[in-house]
Amino acid sequence: MVGTAAVQKDDVILELKDVAMYFGKVAALVGASLQVRKGEIHSVIGPNGAGKTVMMNCISGLYRPQKGEIRFKGERVNDLKPYQRAERGMSRTFQKVEVFGGMTVLDNIRLGRHIHLKSGIMSGSIYAGKTAREEIENRKFIEEEIIDLLEIEHIRHKPVGMLPYGLQKRVELGRALALKPDLLILDEPLAGLNLEETEDMARFVLDVNEDPRWKITCLLVEHDMGVVMDLSHRVFVLNFGNTIMDGTPQEVQNNPEVIKAYLGEEDLYATRR
Amino acid sequence: MPQGDKTIVAAESHKAEISRELTIPKLFCQQAKRYGKDRVAMREKEFGIWRPITWQDYFETVKYIALGLIQLGLKEGDKVAMIGDNRPEGLMAEMAALCARGVGVWLFQDCLMDEVRYIIDHSDAAFLVGEGQEEVDKALSILKDCPKLKKIIYDDPKGLRHYEQDCLISLKEVQQLGRELEKEKPELFDALIQKGHGEEIALLFYTSGTTALPKGALLSHHNMLSMGQHLMEIDPCQATDDYVSYLPFAWIGEQMMSISCGLQIGYTLNFPEAPETSQENIREIGPHVMFAPPRMYEQMTRTVQVKYLDASWLKRMFFKFATWVGYHYADFKFSKKSTPFYWQLLHGFVYATVQKKLKDHLGMSRVRNAYTGGAAMGPDHFRFFHSLGVNLKQIYGQTEVAGISVVHRSGDIKFDTVGHPIPGTEVRINEEGEILTRSPSVFKGYYKNPEATTKTLKDGWLYSGDKGFLDDDGHLVVFDRTKDVFTLKDGRPFAPQYLETRLKFSPYIKDAWVIGDRRDYLSAVMCIDYSVVSNWADQRKLNYTSYQELSQMPEVYELVEKQIRQANKDLPDVAKIHKFTNLYKEFDADDDELTRTRKLRRAFVEKRYKEIVEALYSNNRDSVHIDTLIKYEDGRQAHIVTDMRIIPITD
Repeated sequence: MVGTAAVQKDDVILELKDVAMYFGKVAALVGASLQVRKGEIHSVIGPNGAGKTVMMNCISGLYRPQKGEIRFKGERVNDLKPYQRAERGMSRTFQKVEVFGGMTVLDNIRLGRHIHLKSGIMSGSIYAGKTAREEIENRKFIEEEIIDLLEIEHIRHKPVGMLPYGLQKRVELGRALALKPDLLILDEPLAGLNLEETEDMARFVLDVNEDPRWKITCLLVEHDMGVVMDLSHRVFVLNFGNTIMDGTPQEVQNNPEVIKAYLGEEDLYATRR
Repeated sequence: MPQGDKTIVAAESHKAEISRELTIPKLFCQQAKRYGKDRVAMREKEFGIWRPITWQDYFETVKYIALGLIQLGLKEGDKVAMIGDNRPEGLMAEMAALCARGVGVWLFQDCLMDEVRYIIDHSDAAFLVGEGQEEVDKALSILKDCPKLKKIIYDDPKGLRHYEQDCLISLKEVQQLGRELEKEKPELFDALIQKGHGEEIALLFYTSGTTALPKGALLSHHNMLSMGQHLMEIDPCQATDDYVSYLPFAWIGEQMMSISCGLQIGYTLNFPEAPETSQENIREIGPHVMFAPPRMYEQMTRTVQVKYLDASWLKRMFFKFATWVGYHYADFKFSKKSTPFYWQLLHGFVYATVQKKLKDHLGMSRVRNAYTGGAAMGPDHFRFFHSLGVNLKQIYGQTEVAGISVVHRSGDIKFDTVGHPIPGTEVRINEEGEILTRSPSVFKGYYKNPEATTKTLKDGWLYSGDKGFLDDDGHLVVFDRTKDVFTLKDGRPFAPQYLETRLKFSPYIKDAWVIGDRRDYLSAVMCIDYSVVSNWADQRKLNYTSYQELSQMPEVYELVEKQIRQANKDLPDVAKIHKFTNLYKEFDADDDELTRTRKLRRAFVEKRYKEIVEALYSNNRDSVHIDTLIKYEDGRQAHIVTDMRIIPITD
């Protein structure tokens, strides 16, 4: 592991310590250690089957690792359920979009707001006081921050299932953002997108990472090396569950082991560059 | 032969008095004072809500932008270029440029880099007002080729976090500069407005040009205002009316509606949330007046036709019956006969059951006058809208007359003509059959192009380059651009656009290109409508992966052939299409095949697709092999290899 020594403790938003995950006798993840610092875009790369998605699932709580510790904002979250982790400021998108196809774009995004809805059943039933206030606030947030950012005004009322794949991915990102998370886990946000959509998506990721209104730390799993190297502050390389290295894009590109792991996949490396 | 009558000019104008001294800024200040805080000048849908801008807000913003521009060094007569989607800030920037005694230059939003560079450089623009990052990027990349460009102004800061160039400034900062200047010199703005004269140049408008580089037409304040005045004399609008501004400001028609007419009447301009939502937003507003090029109406017709194809049996029956009644009803109107009682009854029934709803869906339920112009519109589309009871009128005009010069009058509509000249306009046909126009709206000349000016402007007459004639009722019939008229085998002149618009009435056909000038027969290159045909193919379980593959399927050829046979009907044999092929791609303005207003650039496509034309006119070829490279905007290339079939159409 390279370059993690200088990391200050309170800078770290997410920390994985020696996390291991086995499916029967298959080791999907072997002793992965990772530190994601606040405000960074930290990418995780590796060939197919390297264990990237397993790692994301461990972080978001879909899987429980057999070994190791996951700390989010200093708190051990190993035993927390996914929704509890969401409440603590973690949200994610999926490699294959997981949206509610029969619901409209707006409803899908609103769903992401549920953890911010605190009013009770009484005030909800008469739509007064807190409920009304919350609703207006939420509407403002969704319209001004999310829909405007993602440029999806024209599909606001369309059922998500009818939309092309690229837009579905955007909606899913919108739903993840609706939580107003501190850490956003993006699992292959660019897979299956065309060039224009890729550029848009990369811009959105940069926007939420840099814009003072968002300042979201991103954990990005991606195959598109061009985008990864351009966007990331740090890159973490996995292969067959084993950590190869963690470093700046420059260091990763020059590491012989990384090149070896990707051997035969130069094409992947060259994609869209 | 001249139709227009000068005496009509003298007729009392009932709206704001348009004198020679009046400028657009003067009128703007008058109107802002009159309507003040009580009336909405503009409305923009933002964050899902329609937000009003009163005349007071409009006035103040314009004032500060104008003073800000002065503070930034705008001199009298300096050009201010503008680019961006339709939004209040765009119009405010234009108005401010005029108030500051500059000249406005609009660029099409989707202009390619070369066009932007050419126009900015040729117009000597000192300022460029863009919308956001995209426009700023364009401007920055041409900056070194356009040394006269001083400042780039933007109004949407999104994505511009890391842009630190000195020439960049936001519209907010410009306004701030303006506020400071006002404190220093509170009289300055009024003085600037008062200085203006109607004969001064207000706008420099670049024509899209089907053949050559764009030419910059100089239009004065009086050109613009007199044009609007004369149109409003025929079809008066009211201050309470709504208009939706969604077509590019770089198109003269939009300027005419938003500035020339809008300012005089004071109707509310509504701006859609995003270009993609305009159709939806039009429906929400329900405008009273509409002006759009034929392609917009063609698109609406297509939407209806496609929905019809997908509808249930009962709905289809109703629709069929309603259009049948509608067509008959419209024919009574066209022939100016009184409608028999039972037809009125039937019409009442179909109006209540079908047409009212349909009109609502198209956003046309309140439309008093709908205009179309800029290109030829097929009679089929035209009749379709009249069958719905929409008062659609053809207009004829060009950038050089600040908009329009000839229009249909209500109740006197013939779908193969463009109507009578508007008041104050004389129209004459010379020996060569060219349409000449003379009116107070005729432009001042082309910018830095005296050669073209003398060719176009002679003794105050505008030589349009269009061919036409006046029919027995004094209606002007525009044939086509002179250079686009074909000579058929039997020596008759023929306008290919007539056939092309007929073909495009089919929902499956997006574009058609008819060839056959001085040849043995006519042939056509067809572009299918990808979304409609792919839907059609899905229903038939046909497999394809791309436009290219779909367009070359035998089943699709059969479908297109059927559409051509339909269009060929009732035409003399020499004017029928005898051979056709489906193009492997759509025509695209980015490839220079169409102009920005989607007119086909014949000379260009003829050169580009020479081998296809050759194959269409050789006796023994049944296909043409295509092996070509397509270059995308981002520099990537795609290799296309396909065989386009040549299908003869025999009776």
